[in-house]
Amino acid sequence: MKEEIIIAGFGGQGVLSMGKILAYAGLMDNLEVTWMPAYGPEQRGGTANVTVILSDEPISSPVLDKYDTAVILNQQSLDKFESKVKPGGTLIYDPYSIHHAPERTDITVIPVEAMEATFELGNSKTYNMILLGALLKARNLLPDEAVIRGLKKTLPERHHHLIPLNQQAIDKGRDLVK
Amino acid sequence: MEEVKLMKGNEAIAHAAIRAGIDGYFGYPITPQSEVLETLEAEMPWRTTGMVVLQAESEVAAINMVYGGAAAGKAVMTSSSSPGISLKQEGISYIAAAELPALIVNVMRGGPGLGTIQPSQADYFQATKGGGHGDYHLIVLSPASVQEMADFVVEGIDLSFKYRTPVMILADGVVGQMMEKVVLPPFRPRRTDEQVREQCPWAAMGKGDRKHRNIVTSLELDPAPMEVNNERLQATYKRIAENEARCKEFYTDDAEYLIVAFGSIARISLKAIEEMREMGIKVGLLRPVTLWPFPTKEIERLSKQVKGILTVELNAGQMIEDVKLAAECKIPVHHFGRMGGIVPNPGEITHAFLSAFPEAKQN
Amino acid sequence: MTTEEIIQSGKKVYERPRLLTENITHYCPGCGHGVVHKLVAEVIDELGIEDRTVGVAPVGCAVFAYNYIDVDWIEAAHGRAPAIATAVSRLYPNDVVFTYQGDGDLAAIGTAETIHAANRGENIVIIFINNAIYGMTGGQMAPTTLLGQKTATTPYGRQADLNGFPIKISDILAQLDGTCYVTRQAVFTTAATRKTKAALKKAFQNAMAHKGTSVVEVVSNCPSGWKLSPEKANEWLNEHMLEKYPLGDIKNV
Repeated sequence: MKEEIIIAGFGGQGVLSMGKILAYAGLMDNLEVTWMPAYGPEQRGGTANVTVILSDEPISSPVLDKYDTAVILNQQSLDKFESKVKPGGTLIYDPYSIHHAPERTDITVIPVEAMEATFELGNSKTYNMILLGALLKARNLLPDEAVIRGLKKTLPERHHHLIPLNQQAIDKGRDLVK
Repeated sequence: MEEVKLMKGNEAIAHAAIRAGIDGYFGYPITPQSEVLETLEAEMPWRTTGMVVLQAESEVAAINMVYGGAAAGKAVMTSSSSPGISLKQEGISYIAAAELPALIVNVMRGGPGLGTIQPSQADYFQATKGGGHGDYHLIVLSPASVQEMADFVVEGIDLSFKYRTPVMILADGVVGQMMEKVVLPPFRPRRTDEQVREQCPWAAMGKGDRKHRNIVTSLELDPAPMEVNNERLQATYKRIAENEARCKEFYTDDAEYLIVAFGSIARISLKAIEEMREMGIKVGLLRPVTLWPFPTKEIERLSKQVKGILTVELNAGQMIEDVKLAAECKIPVHHFGRMGGIVPNPGEITHAFLSAFPEAKQN
Repeated sequence: MTTEEIIQSGKKVYERPRLLTENITHYCPGCGHGVVHKLVAEVIDELGIEDRTVGVAPVGCAVFAYNYIDVDWIEAAHGRAPAIATAVSRLYPNDVVFTYQGDGDLAAIGTAETIHAANRGENIVIIFINNAIYGMTGGQMAPTTLLGQKTATTPYGRQADLNGFPIKISDILAQLDGTCYVTRQAVFTTAATRKTKAALKKAFQNAMAHKGTSVVEVVSNCPSGWKLSPEKANEWLNEHMLEKYPLGDIKNV
């Protein structure tokens, strides 16, 4: 098993932390993982992206030009990464902030109304967790238990009371993928 | 069972330092390595191992604190990124000249000047050819993974004491900022002052029961003894060159071409090689683990086997000079590099290789 | 009576300090460094801290201070002595660590290290020899050179508009919360020398008591750099230096 994933959006949307939870969940599932952020001032409002690789074998490059799966949170990121998804790969995006929908037909394109779902959940901070749920379902990536353990590792102790809410958001994301 | 953790390369440096029994860390914040100092301050090792952690007023002060701690026989280190390492060069020269052990970490960013905070390998010359003034070398370790960031802290400080010479971990922003699995080194206690006194009879730590005073200095105005000092340094470098050159080879057994790359770029190159192998092109990878001493013998050996070499570096072509010397102009050696903080992806490297050796594809 | 007997029958009123080595100093005749070295050697001996004292030598005329006082020494890069002392003091909290620095080392190239070590309240003694000139390199302007004073790089006298003003670094250091004791002394008369010794002793005692940073400035001379005889140099010091750099405690907490 090897899954090469790019998660991309605006800084502040939870791109890096979503990648981090995914990486920790991979660790909990005894996979090899790399988490490589585009770091720097982008974190503060510009574009942000992170490459996460999950594999049951040692990982060579943490930097990629082709991805199995892209999780796209804004238009700039779609413009940049749509062409970088491998043929037969998967592109998950939130139509909320996209005005030119993906056009490729050789990949599986999955729109996920994550922003709408945050309104339902009444908490905008669950946004990235909804997309994470969609990713886990669409790619059948990791057992739930590993993801929750990953969450616990990522969240500081004082925020552990938010785990049920995050779980709810992940479930919501799963439901949004048919 | 060993505990597997997930962390950034910079964080691994900090945790490994505490576990390695480092006595003192002196640093100054600079992107992309500030997590080293941040992690140490958060871990508060002065409460557990007794390790001293101090945010200095500048990189200049930090390296001189390292010089002071090393002169007193302690296991000390600093970390910074390219512009900060430039500031440290004076102190590094003094540490080398005074034959002191110390560990210096450079998480390279793009230059010259203030440059960019994105990854780079443009400090290769500075690290391997001296950096500061005078005839000296550092042992230069080049980590390619978070695991090696941790491991090289232990190996680096041990090498520095073995040869009484400063050791540099020359990392890049990719290895510093990425998260990976890591098994941290086991805890080993800091040496007691008595052990330091025994292990470092030269240390200026207070005379204690010693009859004579210890003086740590790099000054010798009389040229004749100064030349003797230099000859002693050069003898040490010769021993290091003979014993410590290290590299890793991948797919070299049947290789017809060779890529030489270090640090994170070696891993990106490996991915490109895997893709090229699928195309039927027999490319191998040699990754120097020590940049000084350079694995000259291994490259010389492979240069008799392969038809050509491509060096891939995050700079305008620095390590290529050492590769060319090793290959002794017998086969073509080409360079592919990106500068200014741009990290090439595997596809670019494949493209660069095929541009350099178009005949490789036809075979 | 033999010479030996005469010597033994006499009352010993002075002897070479035990911790002052037999090495002949490289200092010029009349220079204040030798006197201050002697005082430091005496104070370390009297306080019984020879086994746990580490000195940090500067770049400047006192670069070879390590040849003259019999304790462990580290020779610093120019201006960096307080950074080195910081590390030694923190790694060996029971050591008594002092720097010995000139005006260029402490108040020009090493200003940052000096101010920040003092501001952190490092438990060290900073001995600052201010002779208003760069002696070792041949008499160039120092940060403490007086206005109008002629040096190799101010051949027509220091002018404020060209060269700025003489810096009173000890007064600056006294403003910092990390310093517990800042004093300005001199060694051009016996009386002044005695006061300097008392000041040095207090500074070392502060370090032994972990009270923070002590700074002992010694207004000194440079007969060679000033191009004056030792006697005239001390007169010039008295007439000109002390006006700008008055003697006495600046801070004593």
